[in-house]
Amino acid sequence: MSKLKTTILGAGAIAVSALALNAYAQEPISLTVVSWGGAYTASQNRAYHEPYMEENPHVTIINDDGSANALAGLRAQHQAGNVTWDLVDMLPSDAQLACDEGVIMEIDHDEILAAAPDGTPPTEDFLPGSLGDCFIPQIVYSTVLTFRPGAFDADNQPSSIADLFDVENFPGQRALQDRPGTNLEWALYADGVDPDDIYDVLSTPEGVDRAFAKLDTIKDHIIFWTEGAQAPQLLADGEVVFATGYNGRMFDAIEVEGMDAEIIWDGQVVEWDGWVVPADGRNIDAVMEYLYWATDTQRLADQAKFISYGPARASSAELVGQHADLGIDMAPHMPTNPDNYFAPIVLDNDFWADYGDELRERFANWMLQ
Amino acid sequence: MAQADAAGMVAGMPSARTDRLTTADGTPLKAALRRAERRRKIAAFLLVAPLLFFILSFFVFPIAQMMWRSVDNPQVVRALPQTLDALQGWDGRDLPGEDVFAALHADFEADMERPRAQQATGPLAVRLNYELSAARSAITRTARQVSGFEAPYRDAFLDSHRLWGDVELWRIIQREGRPLTTAYYVAALDREFDAEGNIVLRDENRRIYVPLFVRTILLSVAITFLTFALGFPIAYYLSILPMRYANLLMIAVLLPFWTSLLVRTSAWIVLLQQQGVINSALVAMGIIGDDGRISMIYNMTGTIIAMTHILLPFMVLPLYSVMRTIPPSYLRAAKSLGATPWTAFRRVYFPQTLPGIGAGGVLVFIISIGYYITPALVGGQSGRMISNEIARHMQQSLNWGLAAALGTLLLVGVLALYWLYNRLVGADSLKLG
Repeated sequence: MSKLKTTILGAGAIAVSALALNAYAQEPISLTVVSWGGAYTASQNRAYHEPYMEENPHVTIINDDGSANALAGLRAQHQAGNVTWDLVDMLPSDAQLACDEGVIMEIDHDEILAAAPDGTPPTEDFLPGSLGDCFIPQIVYSTVLTFRPGAFDADNQPSSIADLFDVENFPGQRALQDRPGTNLEWALYADGVDPDDIYDVLSTPEGVDRAFAKLDTIKDHIIFWTEGAQAPQLLADGEVVFATGYNGRMFDAIEVEGMDAEIIWDGQVVEWDGWVVPADGRNIDAVMEYLYWATDTQRLADQAKFISYGPARASSAELVGQHADLGIDMAPHMPTNPDNYFAPIVLDNDFWADYGDELRERFANWMLQ
Repeated sequence: MAQADAAGMVAGMPSARTDRLTTADGTPLKAALRRAERRRKIAAFLLVAPLLFFILSFFVFPIAQMMWRSVDNPQVVRALPQTLDALQGWDGRDLPGEDVFAALHADFEADMERPRAQQATGPLAVRLNYELSAARSAITRTARQVSGFEAPYRDAFLDSHRLWGDVELWRIIQREGRPLTTAYYVAALDREFDAEGNIVLRDENRRIYVPLFVRTILLSVAITFLTFALGFPIAYYLSILPMRYANLLMIAVLLPFWTSLLVRTSAWIVLLQQQGVINSALVAMGIIGDDGRISMIYNMTGTIIAMTHILLPFMVLPLYSVMRTIPPSYLRAAKSLGATPWTAFRRVYFPQTLPGIGAGGVLVFIISIGYYITPALVGGQSGRMISNEIARHMQQSLNWGLAAALGTLLLVGVLALYWLYNRLVGADSLKLG
């Protein structure tokens, strides 16, 4: 009799705890995801957030456009002991700094990420060199040179980075970003340095002088931009004939908005961008579940339907199809497409972490002169 | 009799008779008075308390914290305690010996055992990189390898990164191995330490902050003067109009004041850019050629035009409120006594507007010296101001110590100018309305 009672009680307890677990799993969770805003956040919304929320109705994803100052925000939240961000989209250089400072979580990629459909573990599936201690790459993007074809004769169109520095044949204002990155690399590349040697040359004082001397030749023809959206705007306004910009934004302006401009893939400066998880976040389990799903092969390929950034997984490449709204083939617009990837400069984050402070001062001084 | 008692009480004389003086309910008058006085004080304090609390917690405290950050220097002390001990007495000429490298090894090993969030080498690497390029990779790379190091440690360190053989790095570790530093102020004034530890000017091609401070002050003076030159006639006209029309025109002055700053700045971009309204109109009228379009934006001109427009109400409002109170009869009296209109204006009217000019000038100058969004959007490279550099260090380079030092210098500069103004004109003559 007493045995039966225990059994009933035990079964009841199991049933109750199962109910409780179920209730726990369905408890509404809202995740704050920090990203870059604009066309980029829109692409994440459509490729990741919206389908995920549909499958998991108890999860609400809130977008925060704070990635431009992500490191400052992570530090401040960590110091204040009030971490409100759940997942942050940031650059690998900043991610490394945040990782060294311990404000974001270390990631065991094979443990928490999905394998490729053929079973290749994540550490082999993600493109070489893209994984960081705390960093999960998502896309490959590049900084490219764009020009207005109408500004030049039809038989005299620019096609290389060297043309950016040729004000004789290609007169007009140039819009460059107001920081040394990309500008110094291109100055050396245009001056004849091989893309693979650029950072070696730039680590020497003579190399830096050489880059600035090259920049001097176009100094009177430069308008500096600060915010990513300014570059396509300056081109569209006819304010400049050349502009540097992120290839996804330029794609958006050209293909979606119909701006009259063309991308020069020569010397594109290639970099990763991806996710980090703030340490001591409130919903780490839910974030990990989301990440497992949002970084799998299909999802990364899906994002390329909405913006022209290359997926960071090798296995995603063949799944890249057509733009979701325009119906055009996306492969030719990817920075990693072989036709575009003929002279890439792969951004060296270690170099910029080491020499960035000094070169930024030098660059600011150069802008002041 | 009662008067005499009260007088004795006011003088605070202990007297047996004062005890007898009571209020209607029998409490001594002195106590009742004191209580009433205290209640009044508490009420007054409670009325002020929210604002006081607000100012203390959101103004005084953050400013104090910012100033503290500009000298706070915990990174080296926290990460390398044994190394600093071993470095004591080092003369700063030759590379330190094996004992120092062994201490460095011990410091790194101890740090690696801490949980990641408490490790000190990350902040140390960032801190030292401000002083010497590539110090960051020297520290992070070595920290990752250090568990495999074996004695002699000196050779192991020299193998792992070239900078460990650079005496400069050791000088910096020794110099910055104190809880407080002047390094951020030294950098904010475009100076650096030489090998002997003297403060010297930086290489010419790395000086940026002093020229930017100078430019910020010059631009602010120019903008203040322009708002005055444009605002004075408007304010005068407003003050002599009948109230009905004056109010209507006042709305025209205030309208931009109520419009979003970004909208106004963007409107200037539309007007001033090379393919913009003004240039196109000039080209259409044949005044300039199509290839001779004028650059009015993304340079200093753009900053001055946009900021003058945005700050104009801050000059017009104090001027107007002062001019309104100047009786027109004074001018008539001056003229009737034989003054020419110019003399009457110069000797009678203008001096009475000085408090308004002072208030407007100080307001516009202080606001423009810290202005940030407009120069960032329309300033290009020649229209940038020091606040843009401060923002950059706050948000991008994340060198908060340097940002704090620059901010503190700006604050001290503004206070010094305010002090000067007070000495020359007198702050109590300021009139805001």
